[in-house]
Amino acid sequence: MNALLEVENLSKQFGGLRAVQALSFEVREGTILGLIGPNGAGKTTVFNLLNGVFAPDEGQVRFRGADITGLAPFRVARHGLARTNQIVQPFANMTVLENCVVGACFGRENLPLARAREAAREAVTLVGLEDRLDALASQLTIAGKKRLELARALAARPTLLLLDEVLAGLNPVEIERMIGIIRTIRDSGISILMIEHLMQAIMSLSDRIVVLNSGAKLAEGLPAEVAADPMVIGAYLGDPGFVDKLRES
Amino acid sequence: MILRRPFFWIIAAIVAAFAIAPAIGDNIELRESLVLAAVYITLASNINMILGYAGYVNFGSIVFFGLGGYFSVWLMSAHAWPLAAALVAGGVAVSALALVFGLGILRLRGVYFALSTIGVNEGVMAFVANFGPWGGSTGIYLSPALFQPLGGPAKALWVIYYLLVGIMGLSLVLSYAVKRSKFGLGLLAIGQNEDAAALLGVPTPRYKAIVYSLSAFLPAIAGGLYFFKSAYIQPPDAFDLQLSTETIVVAMLGGQGTVAGPALGAFLYEELRGWLLTSPTFSHFQLVVAGVLLLAIVLFAPGGLMGLLYRLWPRLRSFLE
Repeated sequence: MNALLEVENLSKQFGGLRAVQALSFEVREGTILGLIGPNGAGKTTVFNLLNGVFAPDEGQVRFRGADITGLAPFRVARHGLARTNQIVQPFANMTVLENCVVGACFGRENLPLARAREAAREAVTLVGLEDRLDALASQLTIAGKKRLELARALAARPTLLLLDEVLAGLNPVEIERMIGIIRTIRDSGISILMIEHLMQAIMSLSDRIVVLNSGAKLAEGLPAEVAADPMVIGAYLGDPGFVDKLRES
Repeated sequence: MILRRPFFWIIAAIVAAFAIAPAIGDNIELRESLVLAAVYITLASNINMILGYAGYVNFGSIVFFGLGGYFSVWLMSAHAWPLAAALVAGGVAVSALALVFGLGILRLRGVYFALSTIGVNEGVMAFVANFGPWGGSTGIYLSPALFQPLGGPAKALWVIYYLLVGIMGLSLVLSYAVKRSKFGLGLLAIGQNEDAAALLGVPTPRYKAIVYSLSAFLPAIAGGLYFFKSAYIQPPDAFDLQLSTETIVVAMLGGQGTVAGPALGAFLYEELRGWLLTSPTFSHFQLVVAGVLLLAIVLFAPGGLMGLLYRLWPRLRSFLE
């Protein structure tokens, strides 16, 4: 399997805060890479560096062999790298379909309007919003808006999808459904890089996991390896036997 | 095709009504009132593309109208250009200038952008008031002889009127064509959430600069016609911030973001203004009325008249854009 996204030595500093430090990892074609870590570890900043919201101070981002380091967000989108936002940002006064047409029109394939509408419909159906096609985005529930974020990104027919906490704020039934959707997307050939706090979900979905702490990579490996890593347990997961150990001492 | 859409024929009907109404019985009084309505509709439709679609409040849009007037009037008086050539050259020159200004000030957002547009207007006015070739603060006066190629002053006024109605029609068609295009969809996305639009691939800096420049073209030509008709141009008339503000009121009154709204708002506002100016009670308060109208719209009908109409008859949405 080839590397689709290669991140090398990425660093970003905000004033005195070193948000991301010399981070390297890669996403291989057709896989899901999970990005986890405590709050403030720099996960969303990594996304912002990848798709050009911020330019990195150091390091390089290569996507399908092309150097996309520091390109403006709209140029990154054209390369086939789509993203959902942690805090949903729908075009509130547009319908669900129109929201997705924007994604399809200006994404990787740069489709003309009529064909963009077809791509948008497909994406809406994939996330299960087809019965709300003509509803205004502002009328959707939070779960609906999260699915719209996903549909809008998918409508662009990306090669790589960055998912920033798409499961946060959903109830167990909705989470189940969203996990199914994410699997379907991966099976359709789109690679995924996802940030998630919900351990059970990310452990079962990811092919590999990268753990961030204070902006630096703490561990990387298969989900089971990472979950058993004492450093990860100490920094993020917490030790389930911690209370017993205290009692013993 | 655009010709097959019912809304295109609504635009055609509006233009036909403007063309025919004053011609019946040579009604000059009606024509003079419709001249102003056509200018207001042109200005409102064009500002709507940046204000209503892309969500950028341009307080200084009148600078396009004034500069277009100056370019055309100067080309005709100092270089003896024929009217049509002077108008087109004015439009092109102002659009090009707008592109340069736009690439600079469109990096700003919200209040800062709005303030900078006032700055552009005031800056250009100060420059023109001190620019010798354009007559400085006394402006440019046109010789009556310039009306001769159009068949004398009386006939020239009709020619100017029909040209202005044509520019108004083009403004409506442009506003409609942009809205139905991919470019328009990108603008609407920028207007709703610029950051989200950029993440989805909308080339935001380019689109904003293009729409700012595009929205300058027809107002510049309208300015050329308007000041040719007046036969003189001076900085305070050309760069009148009050007219600039009224343009925004008019677009919001009708319903920003729709195609028909700004035209409807412009027409009603111009007729209302005409009535207020001639009414002995209100003649000094016409701006107060404009202010109250703007407040009422912002508070009670953010969608403007079109918003109200859509709420009353939702089926209107399917053909009245």
